[in-house]
Parts: sequence; C-alpha cells; structure tokens
Amino acid sequence: MVVEINGKAEEIPGSVVLDALNAKQIDPQMVAVELNDTLIERDHLGSTPLQPGDRLEFLFYMGGGR
Amino acid sequence: MNFTDEQITRYSRHILLPEVGGKGQKKIAQARILIVGAGGLGSPAALYLAAAGVGTLGLIDNDVVDLSNLQRQVIHHTPDVGRPKVVSAKEKIQALNPDVNVVLHEERFMAANALNLVRDYSVVIDGVDNFSAKFLINDACYFAEKPLVHGGILRFDGRVSTIIPKQSACYRCVFNGPPPPGLVASCQEAGVLGVLAGVIGTIQATDALKLILGIGRPLTDRMLDFDARNMRFREIPVKRNPRCPLCGAHPTVTELIDHEQATCELRPPVAAAHGNEP
Repeated sequence: MVVEINGKAEEIPGSVVLDALNAKQIDPQMVAVELNDTLIERDHLGSTPLQPGDRLEFLFYMGGGR
Repeated sequence: MNFTDEQITRYSRHILLPEVGGKGQKKIAQARILIVGAGGLGSPAALYLAAAGVGTLGLIDNDVVDLSNLQRQVIHHTPDVGRPKVVSAKEKIQALNPDVNVVLHEERFMAANALNLVRDYSVVIDGVDNFSAKFLINDACYFAEKPLVHGGILRFDGRVSTIIPKQSACYRCVFNGPPPPGLVASCQEAGVLGVLAGVIGTIQATDALKLILGIGRPLTDRMLDFDARNMRFREIPVKRNPRCPLCGAHPTVTELIDHEQATCELRPPVAAAHGNEP
C-alpha cells in the first residue's frame, strides 16, 4: 500500500507499522515513530495497523551539536 | 535600569521593533541564559545572544579548542587551538559586547551538578554532542522547570525543538531514553556540514530570545527538522506523552542519571527513510 513516510509517498508491503520499518531496514530501536501525528510505543509497532494514505514519521535520534 | 546613549544606539534596531522596544530590550538585559556546550551550536547562539544584549550568559564546557572544531565552532579562532573553550568564547563575547556578564562553568554537565547549574538561569540552550548529556539537560530542565531550547545536528541534517516543562512535550515524550550503545557511530565518524551548526544554533538563539521577550509562538510541541541537502524545513508535530518516563502520569525517571555514552547519532548507514534523494 502507499503511505506517506517523512512527507514522501512510498509503496510498502505489509499491514502494520513494523512492516514499514522492516521494508526500510530500520531497527525500531533507532527511531521514534509517529502515525498520523501520534507517537506509537515501540511495543505496539507490530500490532498497529496501517491504512493506505497514513502518514508515518520516522524521527531519528540526532545527537550532535558540538 | 536605564540605558546609556551608547546602549540605545547599539540596540536601536531592536528598540525600533514595536514587539521589543525599550521595555523588551530591558528584559533581554535582565535575562540569564545558560548555554551547555561552547561548540558548534553554542558558538552562534552565544554570539547572537551576546550581540542582542543578553545580560548574563552562562557557558558550560570542559573541553579545549581542537583544530578540527574550527570548521563549525565559529566563536573559536585559529590562535585559540589548545585553549579552554569557555575562555576563548568569553573573550569573543566580551569583544563583541562588553555589556554581557559571562559566567564560566569549566566543568562537565553531569547529574551531580546539573540541577544547580540550570537553576540559576531563565532559559537553557542545549549545545551538547551526545545523548547522555541531551537527556540529562532535558531532565534537569524538567525538575528545575526551566524552558529548554533543544538542538541537534548531524551530517546534513539538523533539528530544533523548544520544551516548556509541564506544558509541552519533552525530549523523553518522543525519545524515551538514549539509544542502545551498540547501534551507534561516534560523532567523529559521522561528520557534519559545519554551517549546520550556524543554522540550528541561530534558530535556538531566536527561540530563546522570544521566550525572554514573551513574543510569538515558541517551537513547542513540534520538532523543526532541517535537511540541508534538499534545503527543506519540516515541522513534525509532537505531543506530551502520558507514558513519558519523565513527565508522564507514572514517571520512572525521578532523579538525574548519567547515561554512559559518548555518541551522537543513530541512523541506518543509508539514509533510506529521510527523503534525501535529489
């Protein structure tokens, strides 16, 4: 199905949020995930369903500054 | 307090702004801003806040200037290599604006001293380069109820977000805790386009000044992500998380902790999800 990932429409296989992470080869421990502006707890990534047109936001840790 | 003629001239472009005026400039002159880290983000933030006439600027850093810092840490100059960063920064601030009282804390920001450091200031700017310190700053500002302007930079990307404790989403509302150590590369390995520090540090200074002046809408409950490759800003809405380990309904973080970690990034080697393709 087509979902929006970080502002960009992408075709991803599967039916739950974790499938999108797997398709992008992203370790769930490396990101905070928002689905339609709501944060999804890491434990719920595998049980949260995705619908076509959903907006996913993968927020990577960004720790630099010095 | 009254401004001298020289000060009125110096701050005239502020005073001309109806939202600032003489009254606002006085607020700036009475403000106390703490900058944690006198490096990439801290450099532009300190310079602009000094230029703006912030009354007291606190600087925390226990490092010395390294040649590899000069590509982005614009407050330090070539002859400063080997000198303490806080000393080098103080000289530039005072050369730029002798009105500013610079308070030096030549120490590491740790659980043991964090709360006492933060308590003395009205706004805190995060200019550190590791998760351990970023979470510690977030937690200390929460416990001391001090507004925090968070920033991060990496490679070609940067992020800013403002946190008003108990009112807006905190760093832990989004990122529960520091990433697991095994997955991360070091800052030195990752690299950063130097100018990112200027873009992000200057936005941090902007929001800090707005907080002092009480004008506009701060960057709360959102993360502003900057992608320099595509020259794109994106705003990601975030919310207070009832399950936040710090500010949620049942907090598990109830005291300050030193997480043992000296890393600054956590991303897949290929920036697959970030839309960085041209």
